[in-house]
Amino acid sequence: MTTSSGAVARSRPRHRTWQRLVGGAGFALGLPVVLLLVWGIWASFAVSPFFPSPLVIGDAFVSTWVGPSFLQDVLPSLARLAVGAALSILLGVVLGTVIGLVRWLGDLLEPLLEFLRAIPPPVLIPIVAVLLGPTDAMKITVIVAGSLWPVLLNTIDGVRATDAVMTETARSFSLTRTERLRYLVLPAASPRIMTGVRQALSIALILMVISEMFFSSSGLGYRIVYFQRNYLIDQMWGGIVLLGLIGVLLAVVFSLVERRVLRWYHGTKEVARA
Amino acid sequence: MPDNLLTVTGLRKVYDSSTGSVEAIGDITFRMDAGELVCIVGPSGCGKTTLLKCISGLLKPTSGSVELRGRPVTSPPPNMALVFQEYGRSLYPWLTVRGNVELPLKHKYPSRSERGRLVEDALRAVGLDHAAASYPWQLSGGMQQRVAIARAVAYQPEVLIMDEPFAAVDAQTRADLEDLVRALHRERGMSILFVTHDIDESVYLGERVVVLSKSPTWVQEDVHVDLPDDRDQITTRALPRFTALRTHVYEQIQRAKRGEAVRPPAPVA
Repeated sequence: MTTSSGAVARSRPRHRTWQRLVGGAGFALGLPVVLLLVWGIWASFAVSPFFPSPLVIGDAFVSTWVGPSFLQDVLPSLARLAVGAALSILLGVVLGTVIGLVRWLGDLLEPLLEFLRAIPPPVLIPIVAVLLGPTDAMKITVIVAGSLWPVLLNTIDGVRATDAVMTETARSFSLTRTERLRYLVLPAASPRIMTGVRQALSIALILMVISEMFFSSSGLGYRIVYFQRNYLIDQMWGGIVLLGLIGVLLAVVFSLVERRVLRWYHGTKEVARA
Repeated sequence: MPDNLLTVTGLRKVYDSSTGSVEAIGDITFRMDAGELVCIVGPSGCGKTTLLKCISGLLKPTSGSVELRGRPVTSPPPNMALVFQEYGRSLYPWLTVRGNVELPLKHKYPSRSERGRLVEDALRAVGLDHAAASYPWQLSGGMQQRVAIARAVAYQPEVLIMDEPFAAVDAQTRADLEDLVRALHRERGMSILFVTHDIDESVYLGERVVVLSKSPTWVQEDVHVDLPDDRDQITTRALPRFTALRTHVYEQIQRAKRGEAVRPPAPVA
């Protein structure tokens, strides 16, 4: 009796969850599918070598990237991206926390930081290439030189904006310096830090591709330029699709991490709205 | 034999700003014994919060001194705990209720089990032992202030300082929280310095009510509250003596607002 009623009570929400999942997937994929169909039909009527049909691109995508090329080009690119992004985040948070906490240091560095941030990072490629040669270090340096700033500047702002009452609470309970950093300053700045990280990731992806387009013999950026120069248009489009997919994957991973780290933040926002 | 806990002598605080200096606190002198519950009440804008910040070592007074157990207070002392008015900004939203209560104990008690025991005990004292795993923002305002009180209780201070702690909660919750403060004082013998702008609250809670003048502030009167120790929201507030005391304090505050009370001559420097 109890078991059967339990089963009935459980099956209904599960049914609804499925409906929601299918509905959500329908909304997420509906428009892309329609666009692909339109593109496919249009490409089969007006044949152009520069805009091949999605089927052709799909073929080229599989034949180009599934196989040794994944190891030769995709993995090195992803590794540079990962190292570059991780370094940017680490440096940005550490430097940003120090600059945010030490008032005079911030005042001293602010104009310089604003200037450095204003330099478009791709123009550093020629200089860095001269200094470091066509190495991985050069590409990672370029990625860090561009994606450091949003993390750094957001961390500085976030650290400075720590609530006065929260700081007084920490002082009144004589929290140690490490405790204040670990339990007050960094969590309080974390929403701003995550905003910076989100921007840094998209900048890092762009710079990964651009840095590989020059002085490079492997990587996604190198491949796409190579295909374009050899009139391998289908393969070139395949590379662009792959970059798009990597971007989407990055965004998904980021939002999963963000939801975990900022659970409290979204919670307080929801309460404030209710 | 009174056991002297807190001594404030000739406290003066002047804020310097670009538009000139403002004398927030003129000259405050009072003392508090261990085990007392003293309320400080004054007209709005009389520098109550400034006074508390000076007493708790968060703010440096321009002149005068604060001594806790005979030791001058120059920075927040480890045997004092604070409960702020803005509970929403004093609790850390990224920590659970237990995490918030435990945080100040981390360097005081290295043993995890000892901390756990103190946290459990403090949460039970404020009636929140069931909410330990919740986050502060999941609780009502009154419950959040209970968490802040539990944090202070777990810290085991010699003196608990409360800065208008119930100004932002509704009247019914406020009555419950007042009884909680009385219970902590009676059952645990806590020494509490309670700042409020609410005259009824000061008489209901306190054994003494220190009435402040308007700014620049000095102690206008130190009223002894001769109500029975066992207090109750209904019967105590109905006592003729309660009414007489609150009327007296009310009149003092009115005089303070009008600036009629005359400041005693300043002590020789």
